Amino acid sequence: MTDLFVSPSFILILGAFLLPAVGGWARSALVLALPLLTLGAIWQVGDGVQMTASFLDYQLELVEGSNLSRLFATVFAIMAFAGGLFALNQKSVIELAAAFAYAGSAIGVALAGDLITVFLYWELMAIGSTIVVWAGRTPEAGRAALRYALVHLFGGVVLMVGVVAYIQETGSIDFTLMGANSFATWMILIGFLINTGAPPLSAWLPDAYPEASWSGTVFLSAFTTKTAVYVLLVGFAGEQILIWIGVYMIFYGIVYALLENDMRRILAYSIVNQVGFMVVAAGIGTEMAINGAASHAFTHIIYKALLLMSAGSVMYMTGGKRKCTDLGGLFQSMPLTMIAGVIGALAISSFPWTSGFVSKSMTSQAAYDTEMMVVWLCLMAASAGVFLHAGIKFPWFVFFQKDSGLRPKDPPWNMKAAMGLFAFLCIWLGVQPEPLYALLPYPTDYEPYTTYHVYEMLQLLLYSGLAFFVLLPLMKRKLTITLDFDWFYRKFAVQIAAHLADTTSKLIGGFVWLRDMLVNSAIDVASHHHNPKGILARTTPAGVMVFWVVVLLCAYLAMYLFV
Amino acid sequence: MSDKDTKVDTPESEPAETKAEKAQGAPLLDVNGQPLHWLVRPKTIKLLWVLGIVLLAFVTWLGTTVHPHATFGIEGTLAFYSWYGFVTCVGMVVFAKLLGLILSRKDTFYD
Repeated sequence: MTDLFVSPSFILILGAFLLPAVGGWARSALVLALPLLTLGAIWQVGDGVQMTASFLDYQLELVEGSNLSRLFATVFAIMAFAGGLFALNQKSVIELAAAFAYAGSAIGVALAGDLITVFLYWELMAIGSTIVVWAGRTPEAGRAALRYALVHLFGGVVLMVGVVAYIQETGSIDFTLMGANSFATWMILIGFLINTGAPPLSAWLPDAYPEASWSGTVFLSAFTTKTAVYVLLVGFAGEQILIWIGVYMIFYGIVYALLENDMRRILAYSIVNQVGFMVVAAGIGTEMAINGAASHAFTHIIYKALLLMSAGSVMYMTGGKRKCTDLGGLFQSMPLTMIAGVIGALAISSFPWTSGFVSKSMTSQAAYDTEMMVVWLCLMAASAGVFLHAGIKFPWFVFFQKDSGLRPKDPPWNMKAAMGLFAFLCIWLGVQPEPLYALLPYPTDYEPYTTYHVYEMLQLLLYSGLAFFVLLPLMKRKLTITLDFDWFYRKFAVQIAAHLADTTSKLIGGFVWLRDMLVNSAIDVASHHHNPKGILARTTPAGVMVFWVVVLLCAYLAMYLFV
Repeated sequence: MSDKDTKVDTPESEPAETKAEKAQGAPLLDVNGQPLHWLVRPKTIKLLWVLGIVLLAFVTWLGTTVHPHATFGIEGTLAFYSWYGFVTCVGMVVFAKLLGLILSRKDTFYD
């Protein structure tokens, strides 16, 4: 049962603590070696429970293998390797260490066999990713990291409530298909959905990710949302509501990205958009759909990281410029970065002969096969929309459009190598999908390259491109942001708090006044009666005493005689 | 194919600039005073426009050469994927613009 010497996730998590202890080439070697070791360990994980541990009265299943979990763990490890290679010049070792612990925890979730283990790794991910955002080392990054942590800790609490209630209800901690059919499972579902970037809390993602450093965002794009997709596929496949949540996310991502000026926020919105496709697939829940979601998660991690590497290289070489209004014309001096960006952009748009085409097509096929016409039409429109908001908009505004006059060079060799590796994978998986299909949870003989399907995608995408250029005047970038749900906790709640503080201080002021008045009047009364001339303090002559004694005696006599 | 497509994307944002550059006369210079890159010269841009339109017409024609097992009726309409791709994209851009009228703020809003 316990064949494994060590859980694959521990290699990255424990290794992360070694990184700050070593420097120079040793650190670089460690950064590259740890993910490869992890990858090797993941491929040693067989089906079923492989590693257990006792916790309270429970037997935790720390490592449980299946096709689906190995696929996610594999791509997480590949991502950690390429992200590490890209980040070799990153001076902040804290960011690298946190990113590795974060990647290790994501692998931990993918391999977890029970809900408690899922929860523990889930929280570790929240901590690791918060530190990665914070390591951007700007005041904005610090504030964004705090907001990010609050949303994820809230999500963690909801998940914890769900897990505890589920254990109470069923007595089992096993993490299997549960479906949203009770309070406990709904809480678990909501906890999972918060990490996918589902409404209404989607804003945490485009708020936090773009504030990380040029290398930090590359790591961030991969793990949190995709582990959430993984747990949805395991726990809630076929849950109808996910279809509509996913459709909302798809169009939310497109519309907000169209209005955005910051190149990394464009890409962040497009993460929500892409994860929306996977959530729809999880909701459809057929074998084709689950294969589609899993393969899409795999290819998405690669092309999204490639896009963010391309954006990160631009930031790195231009001293942190990331607004479309400041960029443009960079293709002249950064040809390799531009090519990497364009390949990533084509892959995200699922252009034929790129990885996105062989993966995303399965999701639309699943909607088609189950005859969900509205969903299918939405997915088709969304495919065109992806080309519009990310496929053309990102490369166009960064590398072409008006000439900004900037002439930065391509980035250092390691960053080029990381982009080269992922650009190669984007095309190789697109041309040769069999190795990816072999990793999928269900056996498939799906053939993406039918004449009809290729023609269909070419038409959708090229006409989407036409729409972009015809409507270019409407696309002109301005220095704006678009309000989102985060307005409620960034403005509204702050104003309410300020108002409450004001009211409370007035109320406290009122109490202070009342207290002072009461104390003062008590003092006044006391001093009135007790001052040297006050009625209770003055000396009385003996005659007055005699007078009162006589009065009392007379009264006594009167009572004696008449009563 | 992918390279071709990227080039098709390139031309269309330049028309406004193109005129300005034409007015300057040859040799064309960029904002740094260097000779203009061949890819953004007015001639290349015009050529890419033409190639782009030819390509669009070509893929629409290609689409009409295969007849699908149309599960949904709408799929059988003439050049479905061409008009659907164009129309939905225009719809999304217009919707985004309208939403922007309500929800756009200066990017210093939260500072």
